[in-house]
Amino acid sequence: MILHRRKLLTGGAGLMGTALLGGCDRFAGTETGRRTLQVGEDANLYVQRLLMSPATLAREFPAAMISPWFKPNGTIDPPDRAYRALAAQKFAAFRLTVDGLVETPLSLSLADLRALPSRTQITRHDCVEGWSCIGQWAGVPLAEVLKRAGLKPQARYVVFHCADTLEYAGSQDGAFLRPGHPGAVREAYVQLAAAEDWGGAPAATDAPKDDWGQGSADSEAEDKRTPIRYYESIDLYDAVNPQTILAYDLNGKPLPVSNGAPLRLRVERQLGYKQAKYVMRVELVESLAGIGQGGGGYWEDRGYEWYAGI
Amino acid sequence: MAASPALEAPETVDRQGRRWFYRHPLVIRLAHWINAAVLLVLLMSGLQIFNAHPALYWGAVSTFDDPALAITSEQGRDGRSRGVVTVGTHSLDTTGVLGLSRAEGGTEVERAFPAWATLPADQDLATGRRWHFLFAWLLVINGAVYLLYGLFSGQLRRRLIPDGDQIRDFGGSVKEHLLLRFPEGTQAKRYNVIQKLTYLVLVLGLLPAMVLAGLAMSPGMDAAWPWLTELFGGRQSARSVHFIAAGLIVLFVVVHVLLVLVSGLVNNMRGMITGWFSLGRDREHAR
Repeated sequence: MILHRRKLLTGGAGLMGTALLGGCDRFAGTETGRRTLQVGEDANLYVQRLLMSPATLAREFPAAMISPWFKPNGTIDPPDRAYRALAAQKFAAFRLTVDGLVETPLSLSLADLRALPSRTQITRHDCVEGWSCIGQWAGVPLAEVLKRAGLKPQARYVVFHCADTLEYAGSQDGAFLRPGHPGAVREAYVQLAAAEDWGGAPAATDAPKDDWGQGSADSEAEDKRTPIRYYESIDLYDAVNPQTILAYDLNGKPLPVSNGAPLRLRVERQLGYKQAKYVMRVELVESLAGIGQGGGGYWEDRGYEWYAGI
Repeated sequence: MAASPALEAPETVDRQGRRWFYRHPLVIRLAHWINAAVLLVLLMSGLQIFNAHPALYWGAVSTFDDPALAITSEQGRDGRSRGVVTVGTHSLDTTGVLGLSRAEGGTEVERAFPAWATLPADQDLATGRRWHFLFAWLLVINGAVYLLYGLFSGQLRRRLIPDGDQIRDFGGSVKEHLLLRFPEGTQAKRYNVIQKLTYLVLVLGLLPAMVLAGLAMSPGMDAAWPWLTELFGGRQSARSVHFIAAGLIVLFVVVHVLLVLVSGLVNNMRGMITGWFSLGRDREHAR
């Protein structure tokens, strides 16, 4: 009797589970469903900001706790020729563009950035997938850069345009290259590298003339597809935090390419996908509506939360 | 029975002489069913999130080569893939369920928890996270309503705190459970001692620990309340505690449902749906 009931129970639960799953997945696919599921993110942002101030710092750790291997994630070797040309010259020709809603647009070399006030911090990097690593970052506080550029009063968000292509708009290859989630990029690239010869050092010797993030001038002359490069954004609340830095060193050495050379964002109170690597351009905007599909970042436009504090 | 449940008259006798006891007030009933649905969504979306990095560690960071627990797939000597759960140095073949399972349509996929156990069914971390965080808020709000109501109505004390005589007869209650014999009549008006202690651990221990361990994983919360992450021994420990607590809650639900079945499915379900629980025929009244 008990056995019979148990069978009924598991069968029933299985049926209910299947119905629930199907229903939930259909719901999540609708516009109402998408908006409903977004309520949690809004609540998280609102409540977490009640509990902290713009100046609240993420925890810093002693040097002894630095992870022996800092797991590189997302793009680990940008396929873009323009980037590879820069890397081949150890980023001597690198310029960080600061533009958008600023009084004085800036173009800064790595030497310029290193000459600015710097901050060193040992923090924990939390990936959206669940793992963590501790690393020591050194870089220029974003606030120092913004101070020099001078914000126009309408400026609300800081957008980071990066050098690494993640996919090509509307192409089948894009589907091949497109990772399912932030951590899967690496595997996708490993596959891609095996399938295609990137040709080692780029043939081009002239400095790349790519206006990062605008997508109008593709540096790969033979490739007419429009690349979608990584982009991210934060608001001024996070931008002025002392720990929000454009990092050029990891564990006392210049950033390796796999970790975002020559410059990556550290915004320590949020998850890994906010820590944009290969940052080429910092753009101040009033709204995120015109950036990508309007979500505020590459992963945000693919369903992830813009507020990644949890 | 037809009389509306009033606080001053929580018990009544029908024309057949059956004693009815108004066991579960409306707020408790609603909180119970909301909690059941919310926990199911949280469990399944949680497994989806776990699948993104199916390994657990202790301490602040991940020691990738040396996880405390990992659900992976590997190629056997015969060239066929198999699902493997590794805990410390022990590993277990779990092909078909964990590590390697069949997706809808029958294709073999490498994923820690199978499609039927996760929300969404497909590998989709972004949507899994959205389900999880929305329903985490529902869990917290529902839990807060339950606790506040329980505290001020006296229901919490009545339901969760064993009475003196119950503690003294703890052995008797263990024996009753082992023989699957359950209290009837007036004794059934209160939960037995094992029941009370189990609910106490669940309501004031496991569920709050679950919420706190979840919050301890948040980099934003870690900045605002660093003591919380420290309480669990670091972010990766908090993640492991979150996973273990989820397992214990699942264990609770399994035992809870089995006991509901063996101790009178209809009476228990009617109790949690309408509030009214039958105490059986009153001998004195019937006489």
